[in-house]
Amino acid sequence: MNDVATTPNELAGATASADKAEHSTQHPIRIYLWIWLLLFVFSTFSYMVDYFKVQGMLRWTLIITFMLLKAGFIVAIFMHMAWERLALKLAILLPPLCLLILVGLMAAEGDYTFLMRLASFAH
Amino acid sequence: MDDLVIDTKGHTPSLEGLRGAAADWAKDKEAFPVPWGKVMMWIFLLSDTFVFSCFLTSYMNVRISTTVPWPNVSDTFSLNVGHSRIPLLLIAIMTMILITSSGTMAMAVNYGYRRHRANTTALMLITAAFGACFVGMQSFEWSKLIIEEGVRPWGSPLGAPQFGASFFMITGFHGLHVSVGVIYLVVVAMRVWTGFYDRKGSYETVEIAGLYWHFVDLVWVFIFAFFYLW
Repeated sequence: MNDVATTPNELAGATASADKAEHSTQHPIRIYLWIWLLLFVFSTFSYMVDYFKVQGMLRWTLIITFMLLKAGFIVAIFMHMAWERLALKLAILLPPLCLLILVGLMAAEGDYTFLMRLASFAH
Repeated sequence: MDDLVIDTKGHTPSLEGLRGAAADWAKDKEAFPVPWGKVMMWIFLLSDTFVFSCFLTSYMNVRISTTVPWPNVSDTFSLNVGHSRIPLLLIAIMTMILITSSGTMAMAVNYGYRRHRANTTALMLITAAFGACFVGMQSFEWSKLIIEEGVRPWGSPLGAPQFGASFFMITGFHGLHVSVGVIYLVVVAMRVWTGFYDRKGSYETVEIAGLYWHFVDLVWVFIFAFFYLW
């Protein structure tokens, strides 16, 4: 790569990258309206799960499915992650996966504490 | 100005996928071919993700381990419409308001890239107004819980004492984010209106503010699912 960029080159580079930025961020308003509508629909669905008092595994499956769909659309479309390069996607989206381990550990710990409390304090 | 640096640093857009990711990281150059402000915002949001996840995980932990029944969340956050009591209505309205604000923000960013000053400003101010509305409803919710129900961070007459601690911590921290976001949006909207970004030659700041705002909405998606629908 030639690091010595003369002014015209830099200007050309700037124009090119500006064009690229314009290209990657110029989407028709339509796509945002569609995602917006979808978010409304998913929110209404998850509210309905509570309203109609769906219980048990079905409740959890539905709630978490709608939650992940909403989160996915917000990050991918509203936050433009779908149009970023993979290097940025990996840097931002991989680290939170560690949290799944924390959640697993804390769920196990919570169960253990619950059983200890039952064993020690219940009369 | 930021744009000047990118392509002279040897960014190779031709490589895509994993090979592209490896090339972006491996070469002696900027790893992320986007303005630094955007990367910094993403990294801040990543750290914020960890903060909120710690709150939600500890909430999960205390909720699993308590032997006292958890209050009925659906009833606690209901609203009376006419003579009927509609469960969780307040939270449903707050959710819709926040989603609406996210939609207007996405459109503000879009108009920003078209350099449409008036529309960008207007949509950002509308977004901020929805945000302020959300905070208003949240303070209504808080005062109802504190004054009428007597819920405290250290105890709750409705059931498990951990309810108060989790509720005030999680929704309080989220509400703080929304409040800060409202101020942030108004400041950026004013700068759009006065033509600051036209002189600067880049509307990236609008997109960066948008990232923050969508993140606030994103966090609410998880709070809504885990705190209010569990």
